[in-house]
Amino acid sequence: MRIGIPGEIQDNENRVAATPDTVGKLQKLGYDIIIESGAGIKASFDDAAFEEAGAQIAERSEVWGSDIVLKVNAPTDDEIALLKDGASIASFIWPGQNEELMNKLSQRNINVLALDSVPRLSRSQSLDALSSMANIGGYRAVVEASHHFGRFFNGQITAAGKIPPAKVMVIGAGVAGLAALGAAGSMGAIVRAFDTRPEVKEQVESMGAEFLELDYEEEQDSSDGYAKEMSQAFIDAEMALFMEQAKEVDIIITTALIPGRPAPKLILEDMVKAMKPGSVIVDLAAQTGGNCECTEKDKVVVKHGVTVIGYTDLPSRLPTQSSQLYGTNLVNMLKLMTPEKDGNLVIDFEDEVVRGLTVVKEGNITWPPPPVKVSAAPAAKPAPTAAPAVEEKPSRPWLKPALLAAGALIFGFVANSAPADFLEHFTVFVLSSIVGYYVIWNVKSALHTPLMSVTNAISGIIVIGALTQMGSDNNIILALSGIALIVAMINIVGGFAVTQRMLKMFIRDN
Amino acid sequence: MSQGLLVSAYLIAALLFVMSLAGLSRQESAKSGSLYGMVGMVIAVLATLGYAHLEGFTLVTILMMAGAGIGLFLAKKVEMTEMPQLVAVLNGFGGLAAVLIGFSSAIEASESLAQAASSLLSSTDRMIHSIEIFIGIIIGAITFSGSIVACLKLHGKISSRPASLPGGHWTNLAVIALAILMGIVFVQQDSLLALIIMTALAFLFGITLVMGIGGADMPVVVSMLNAYSGIAAAATGFMLGNNLLIITGAMVGSSGAILSYLMCTAMNRSFISVILGGFGTEGGTVAEGTEEGEYTEVNVEEVADMLKNASSVIITPGYGMAVAQAQHPLRELVNKLRAQNIKVRFGIHPVAGRLPGHMNVLLAEAKVPYDIVEEMDELNDDFTDTDVVLVIGANDTVNPAASEDPGSPIAGMPVLRVWEAERVVVFKRSMATGYAGVQNPLFFKDNASMLFGDAHGTVEGILKQF
Repeated sequence: MRIGIPGEIQDNENRVAATPDTVGKLQKLGYDIIIESGAGIKASFDDAAFEEAGAQIAERSEVWGSDIVLKVNAPTDDEIALLKDGASIASFIWPGQNEELMNKLSQRNINVLALDSVPRLSRSQSLDALSSMANIGGYRAVVEASHHFGRFFNGQITAAGKIPPAKVMVIGAGVAGLAALGAAGSMGAIVRAFDTRPEVKEQVESMGAEFLELDYEEEQDSSDGYAKEMSQAFIDAEMALFMEQAKEVDIIITTALIPGRPAPKLILEDMVKAMKPGSVIVDLAAQTGGNCECTEKDKVVVKHGVTVIGYTDLPSRLPTQSSQLYGTNLVNMLKLMTPEKDGNLVIDFEDEVVRGLTVVKEGNITWPPPPVKVSAAPAAKPAPTAAPAVEEKPSRPWLKPALLAAGALIFGFVANSAPADFLEHFTVFVLSSIVGYYVIWNVKSALHTPLMSVTNAISGIIVIGALTQMGSDNNIILALSGIALIVAMINIVGGFAVTQRMLKMFIRDN
Repeated sequence: MSQGLLVSAYLIAALLFVMSLAGLSRQESAKSGSLYGMVGMVIAVLATLGYAHLEGFTLVTILMMAGAGIGLFLAKKVEMTEMPQLVAVLNGFGGLAAVLIGFSSAIEASESLAQAASSLLSSTDRMIHSIEIFIGIIIGAITFSGSIVACLKLHGKISSRPASLPGGHWTNLAVIALAILMGIVFVQQDSLLALIIMTALAFLFGITLVMGIGGADMPVVVSMLNAYSGIAAAATGFMLGNNLLIITGAMVGSSGAILSYLMCTAMNRSFISVILGGFGTEGGTVAEGTEEGEYTEVNVEEVADMLKNASSVIITPGYGMAVAQAQHPLRELVNKLRAQNIKVRFGIHPVAGRLPGHMNVLLAEAKVPYDIVEEMDELNDDFTDTDVVLVIGANDTVNPAASEDPGSPIAGMPVLRVWEAERVVVFKRSMATGYAGVQNPLFFKDNASMLFGDAHGTVEGILKQF
């Protein structure tokens, strides 16, 4: 099958759906690639680079006539018309928000794969374009904020005076939020984050940020992995927290999105008023209305001395990187859907990832998919029905002293009648055991194998027993001790030789 | 040679043996330690020969040369992955020698008894001597047959799964009880026949004992047999009235006992439960091999990329590395990574492999410097700062269920906390469970990925990406 990659026609779109690197990977799956001339220019990939990677450069109409079309943005009406019958197209679609587009797509006999509808499973992480784009968006949000912020992020003490560090608050600790925390933190700012899901606290703290908590408690059970809307009492507590923070922080980055609904208004105008002049707000939810009341989509506005950035094209502002990641997401998607690696696309509805991302199949709308549970919860275990064999033993504190006493008694009895010779030997035995005990505890665990082979070798000392018996004139004894002699010598020589061999191998790093 | 010289030679030999074991405490002094042992052995043998004035001197020399030759051959030929088998066999030989010497001693005693009815030996003396013979032989026999079974299991000639007897532990108990009974008969009546029956029963007991123990418990078994061979030597020393044998045997016995104890602690199991065997065959939530979630698979290119972008890497090998002989390509990989200033370390679980310290020997064979090979306790807290962990052929020793799931059969066993690292790559042939038969939730963690295939091949594949 042939994959076509057209250029993006939106004004502020710099990305492209494939890079020379992903073109190579797509070819490995058995596809032929054709790409519109100049499609990658804005992302710093020229036609020559694509040709070198094995793609064919072609005109727009030819590209749109391919079996599979890979795009970043949803196709326009004109573009839908260019698709050939039975073709498949993969891009961002947002089926929940774009009913009209869905209707238009379903009027054609085509398959539509929506990269924004990939179910959130650990298996599907590699094709989750929302996460990869959000990551870039989060990073870029910090860069934009820093551009408009008239100060350093990190604190310094210089000869010209002390510079306090900037304080950054991130609302919503999803992928974008965490990326923003990481970027701002590594620039030296003091970072903190708020999220309605208390379970992300650990992730926030792992980025070196402080997790802001409310006093208010509410059940938050989000089985699809996204945040939900909250109760009024919760929102009031939240607002109070944001008001308090607004007075203190220099930069607010909001990333709160609720899938399929307008973004919640979290930063009200009076909070903007309360912020210090020169502060910056970056609103990553501008696309769906914005988290801040002052946000204007795709614009930078200054209200009450605060710069409010409402860009919706943040990933596109790092086009080389975002094209590469998005392209890799597409490769991973096609990998999943090309099981034979023979260049034939298979839409297998048994696979819940494929089921989730296919929003139109052969002209029929297949969105929304049946609900999928997030993978994190493993199938319930067959509960510890039979408890493991370890049973609670009743403690018997009297056991040890009793055994000791019994042992001492028996020993006393034996010692009473035993010859002095035996007792002398026994003394030697006990003392040697104790010496052995202390010596062996000092042996490094790395040397346990050599230790065993050395002890094997020296336990071959039994050879002297065999030797003393070799003086006997009884042939049976001679034969027995002869064999014992051989066997003991094997132990001695074998043990020492193999120890030497092993020890020679232990080398130090210079 | 006078008796005084002999005793002093033995004393020197005993001191050298102590120094030998003490030398093994550090890699730097280990070589000289093993040298002390050899010198001690030579002194002891020469002194004995000099004192005994043996008639068949040439025969003795020939036999000794033969034994030495076989020993040398075994030592040169053995692969480092086969060390557990060799150690097991050598343990067995120690036991066999004790049995043979015990019999010689018994025959000698009954002869002298027949010659001089009014022997100077008092009846208690004789009884103690008989008991010594009995103990030497029974322990020696168990050591011998047990070691041979252990060796065959380790070598794969016998399935390493625990095999249970009809009648279970009661059969074992009956066998050993019968053996002891025969021993008592021997002590009371000086009956050689009883001694022979007792020995046969002891051989049988050694076999059934080790047959019932699974492959994962082999480090404990081998250490235990090591201790037994020492005790057998000590018992022989009692029998012959030889202090050097007693000293050496006692030290070897301590050593084996400590190793067994360490191995048991590392698995959070009691010695008794290991000996009773059957790990993974009875009770508990032993998984039926059901998968518990989604796992992600990666290929060698992706792993190579991960490694190139890492700044700190820990490799945790297990028995699978030994089976696949992956230590050599692994060392090359480590060299490549270290050349790029990536911090690479090995984390060794105490029971990784089939012998205490087995992994260290294998890595040493591949010329991995020993100062980057660390024990579990040394680096278990460092996983949080580690970018990539490569789990190669290990399973139960990195199973988070041990610390997270109190219902798991391996609950409470100390494990390497690899899942705390940024990324974990598990090199494995398939999704099968480890020796303990327990499913490993590590594989289903979000930060873990599976790299399927023979570890030797996959490591070489990664190497090609550099």
